[in-house]
Amino acid sequence: MIVRILNEGQWRLTDEAVRGLNAFDDAVEKAVSAADQDQLTRALHALLERIRTTGTPVPDEELEDSDLILPAADSTLADVQQLLSESEEGLIPG
Amino acid sequence: MSGIFQRISLIFRAKTDKALDKLEDPRQTLDYSYQRQLELLQKVRRGVADVATSRKRIELQANQLNTQADKLTNQAQKALEIGREDLAREALTRRSGLQQQLSDLQVQHAQLQGEEEKLTRASQRLQAKVDAFRTKKETIKATYSAAEAQTRINEAFSGISEEMGDVGLAIQRAEDKTAQMQARAGAIDELLASGALEDPTGIAKDDITLELEQLASTSDVENELARMKAELSAGPGAAPQAIEGQQVPSQQPPTQAPPPPRLDAQSPQEYQAPPSQSQEAPPAQPQGDLR
Repeated sequence: MIVRILNEGQWRLTDEAVRGLNAFDDAVEKAVSAADQDQLTRALHALLERIRTTGTPVPDEELEDSDLILPAADSTLADVQQLLSESEEGLIPG
Repeated sequence: MSGIFQRISLIFRAKTDKALDKLEDPRQTLDYSYQRQLELLQKVRRGVADVATSRKRIELQANQLNTQADKLTNQAQKALEIGREDLAREALTRRSGLQQQLSDLQVQHAQLQGEEEKLTRASQRLQAKVDAFRTKKETIKATYSAAEAQTRINEAFSGISEEMGDVGLAIQRAEDKTAQMQARAGAIDELLASGALEDPTGIAKDDITLELEQLASTSDVENELARMKAELSAGPGAAPQAIEGQQVPSQQPPTQAPPPPRLDAQSPQEYQAPPSQSQEAPPAQPQGDLR
C-alpha cells in the first residue's frame, strides 16, 4: 500500500504495517472531531513517525497513485478541516 | 485503515477523475498537462525564492535589532560609569523589549527555514515526477493502441496530479506564511525607521543618547577645565619650561627677582608664545609645498 504524507512524499507499506496504523487513525479522527489541536498534533506526529519508520520511501521518479493521503505533520485543525471540506475546484491543477 | 485519511485520498482522486473526464482525447492533452506541470514547477521555484527572500529580510532585521540591543548595552554601561543608574535601567529595559522582538524573529526565521526546505524538497520531487511523466508521455504516444493508452494515461495522470495537488497545497501554505511574515516584517521595518523601537515610551527620540551626550559633554568640559587648572598650577615647573629654557638663563642671573612677580610676568608669556609659534609655522610649510 502506498501512503502519501502531504508535503513530504510517499511511502510504501506492507499490509501488516498498515493494519498497525488503525489505532493512530482513530486517535487523529477523535482529535479532529473534538477540535483538540494538541491531541491532533500528538496523534499526527505518532502516526507519521510510524509510517516513516515502517515504510520505505517511494523514489521521486516513480509515478504512483497513493491509497491513503495524510495531512502534514504540522497541520492545524483548520488545515485538516479544510482538506476534508475542500471544494472541488483548484486543488488539483491540470 | 479508514476514516479521515481515506476521505482525504478520495477527495484527491475525485479531482483527478474530474480532470481526466474533461479530456476528450487524452493523448492530445498529454502535452497540455505536461505544460501545466512545467508551470507548476516554475511556481514552486518562485515559491522557494520568495521564502528565501523573506528569510533574508528577517535575518537583516535581526541584525539591526542586535545592533540596537548592543547600543543600549553600551549606553547602560556608560550611564553606570557616570553613576546614572536610572538611565542604565531605562536602557536595559528597552533592550529587553528588543530581545522580545528578536526571539519572535528567531521563531519566524526557523519557520521560514523549515518552509524553504520543504518547498525545495517538493520542487525536487516534482521535477523528478515531471521528468518521469515526460518519458511516459512519449512512450504512450509512440507505442500503444488507443485502449491501452487510456489506461496508461490514467495511471500517469493520477500519479502526477496527486503530486501536483500536494505541491499546490505546499505553495499555497508557503504563500500564506510569507504573506504573514511580510506584514510583520513591514511593521518592524517601520519601527526601525521611525526610531520608535529605541524609544518604546514614545516621549522623545532616543533620549538616553541625548542625556548621555549631555552628561558626556558636561564632563568633557569639567575635565578640560580641570586639565587647564592643573596646567596652570603646575605652570612654574612644567609648561613654561620649554619656553623659558633659553630665556631664563640669560634673564635670571642678573635680576634675582622675587618669585611672586615672576609668576605674573610668565603668565602672559605663556599665552603669547603659542600664537607667535603658530604664526611662524604656517608660512614656512606652504612655501615648501608650493615651490
